[in-house]
Amino acid sequence: MNRPWLLWIPLAVVAFIGGLAIYGLAVPKDEQVHSAMIGQKLPAFSLPAAAAGVEGLASGDMVDGKPRLLNIFASWCLPCKAEAPYLDALKKAGVEIDAIAIRDRPEDVAAFLSEFGNPFRRIGSDSEMAVQLKLGSSGVPETYVIGGDGTILYQHIGDIRAEHVPMLIEKVNAAK
Amino acid sequence: MRMLALICLMLATPVFAQGSGPTPALANRQLPDPAQEAEATKLMHSLRCIQCQGQSIADSDAHMAGTMRAEVRQQIAAGQKPEAIRGWMIARYGEWVSFEPDMKGAGLLLWLTPLLVLIAGIWLARGLFRRGA
Repeated sequence: MNRPWLLWIPLAVVAFIGGLAIYGLAVPKDEQVHSAMIGQKLPAFSLPAAAAGVEGLASGDMVDGKPRLLNIFASWCLPCKAEAPYLDALKKAGVEIDAIAIRDRPEDVAAFLSEFGNPFRRIGSDSEMAVQLKLGSSGVPETYVIGGDGTILYQHIGDIRAEHVPMLIEKVNAAK
Repeated sequence: MRMLALICLMLATPVFAQGSGPTPALANRQLPDPAQEAEATKLMHSLRCIQCQGQSIADSDAHMAGTMRAEVRQQIAAGQKPEAIRGWMIARYGEWVSFEPDMKGAGLLLWLTPLLVLIAGIWLARGLFRRGA
């Protein structure tokens, strides 16, 4: 055996594969699908009102020089109910919030708003999820920070909890 | 105890977590032109459903998959090339949405690894044969 170091190669390979396995177990998997649209302009869309008495939402409505939040929600979505008080808190802090209701009926949206309050300026109805697809959004609820020029600045996946409220206020203020 | 379980079962209601919107027309209806439909179907088998994650949009019953199928068919019908549509999806959801990794960066490593392993194997085997001889 003139090259004894060759013996160590199989061990090194097995150790490497074992290391990968341990790494895969130790590091929690990120199951969320993040939008690749961050930093880009809102796609053009125009959605009808999601319920009687509210205004619909077009991409142009969010290009008025004022940063705001865009909340993707649905009346049938449980975490959307859980985040309602925090959307309310954001509104009370002076943050303007627009919304898109996904796969919803006007009467269901109206019932949702009367039960959980309406912190939204406008609510568009995306009944076929077409705008959700254009936004790179993967589910409900999601909340985007939109710059005053219509640029998508940040995506929050999942419900807004108490600890996210100051962070979102700061992101909206930073965009001013 | 059994009675309690029975009552619990009767109280359980299925979760209507899918909403009540319409399904896009092109989600489940084929394009009139068979060549275009074949092109669309081939692409749909290589795009990953956002909602169910492990399945292609051709195989998935999720509503998001239906919306994605409709988008693919619309763009194909409008004369868009399949690879451009894949690019459109990747621009929104990242490389993750495609089942065919790109030949660059980590994707390139993925494509080249089998070749590198084969070369390493030949090299190791060659050493063994020479020693045996």
